[in-house]
Amino acid sequence: MAVIRISAPETAEKNEVIEIKAMIQHPMETGYRRDERGDVIPRDIITNFRCGYNGEIVFEAEFLPGIAANPFLTFYLRATHSGSLNMSWTDQDGQSWSATHALTVA
Amino acid sequence: MDKPLSRPTDWTRRGVIAAGTAAMSLFVPGVAEATPDDLENAIRDLFGDRPLSEGRVVVGLPPIAENGNSVALNISVDSPMTPEDHVRQIVVLSPRNPIATLAQFRLSPSVARADISTRVRLAGTQTVRVVAEISDGSLWTGKASTYVTLAACVIG
Amino acid sequence: MRAAFAFLLGTLAACNPQPANTGAEMDLPRGVVRSGYEFLQPETRILQDDDFENPGLLWVQQGAVLFETPMQGGPACASCHGEGGRLLTGAAAHYPAMESQSGELVNLEGRINLCRERYQGAPALAYESSELLALTAYTASLARGMEQSVNITGAAAPYYDAGRAYFFARKGQYNLSCHQCHDENWGRQLRGDTISQGHGNAFPAYRLEWQDFGSLHRRLRDCDSGIRAEPLPYGSETYVAVELYLAKRAEGLVMESPGVRR
Repeated sequence: MAVIRISAPETAEKNEVIEIKAMIQHPMETGYRRDERGDVIPRDIITNFRCGYNGEIVFEAEFLPGIAANPFLTFYLRATHSGSLNMSWTDQDGQSWSATHALTVA
Repeated sequence: MDKPLSRPTDWTRRGVIAAGTAAMSLFVPGVAEATPDDLENAIRDLFGDRPLSEGRVVVGLPPIAENGNSVALNISVDSPMTPEDHVRQIVVLSPRNPIATLAQFRLSPSVARADISTRVRLAGTQTVRVVAEISDGSLWTGKASTYVTLAACVIG
Repeated sequence: MRAAFAFLLGTLAACNPQPANTGAEMDLPRGVVRSGYEFLQPETRILQDDDFENPGLLWVQQGAVLFETPMQGGPACASCHGEGGRLLTGAAAHYPAMESQSGELVNLEGRINLCRERYQGAPALAYESSELLALTAYTASLARGMEQSVNITGAAAPYYDAGRAYFFARKGQYNLSCHQCHDENWGRQLRGDTISQGHGNAFPAYRLEWQDFGSLHRRLRDCDSGIRAEPLPYGSETYVAVELYLAKRAEGLVMESPGVRR
């Protein structure tokens, strides 16, 4: 179970600039650490984040091991129409998690 | 890169010291580290030999990072973010981390403001470089430095 | 000369009402109690204070869901403790506390596991498991901002004494006690760190060093291995006793969990 936190306004004026914050619980294991026995802890990272706005990808991030655990992002969108914001995270093995946020534009 | 480490079979005094040294070696330069050359190569791999101009990109890092595992990073690029003129791509690069590229961002004109915050890992004191590609194909770069301090106690 | 010596002894006796194992140590004076928060860089303090960005909130959010979820063999935590933990507000500030049925001192983790086994028909959760961290994060968050206040009288007194004795005992290859760093040298630099007073009021907490959320016992184990002493097992009676001593020692500080530490 990966916990997701999203912060975005529920309503906005047309063409208003809205702040989006997104965070997911994930170790972003680099593959460079060793456990107590000296064994390498295998790499386990989220490699991709996407934000869709009514089905169109408007913002995308590629993560490498240099992104901190529990990856956090703040970015800004222009609210042009009512609809849904879909945030999805995909790991190196193709597993993905997502959350949807409804936005009403007056 | 991944040298085999001595693995104590039981927790003898000597074993504990060996394990402590092994744990410390994770933080010692040389285990896995990029160089400024790797940073330049990463830029070349992405953008070829296209000219890079200083400016338009402002990078924010705290003056002191008390732990390199999670350092707040802010990037803002001076751009109107219109369909005709917007930031297409942003790349964050380190001259010292095991992998030079930390992250890449792709922006559409729906991104109203080219302003992104995240948290990065920094393997030691360094100057982080950010390259932004504008929709007209021009490349702009900015940088910021932070001191990554060492914790009092080494666990392990 | 003799008079001066007698005066010195008198001063020590006045400051140190409880016997300590080496005789000369004093507890942290009441007036100088300072949270570890004050020793953090401004950016780390901002991270703890941020209602969104504090990574510990991921565990609080997970705990809030678990709290309302009925068990297979019994009720949800919320069935007894109220929706949104209404009836648990502030409770975590009084832990560790004596448990009347068993007559033992329990911390938050122990209390949650007692509930699971006795009333919820569920097995105890392992220390540092994601579920136990989430539930302790959530219950501790219900006491955020409240002053720590524990009872160390009656049956709790021997635990307090044991916890204090551990705090003052020199141990490990470095032959250091908790007291030497956190009472005698707090505020001074050790490599890139400022030594804190060693309070537990931020825990369970997100520690940058761990890149993870963890219990106070995980933190105590780090301190013990830091001085090259053998860490005690998670949930050990001695660590719970140390927790009680630390909670009393931190009196006046508010609960910060989910705290962020370096």
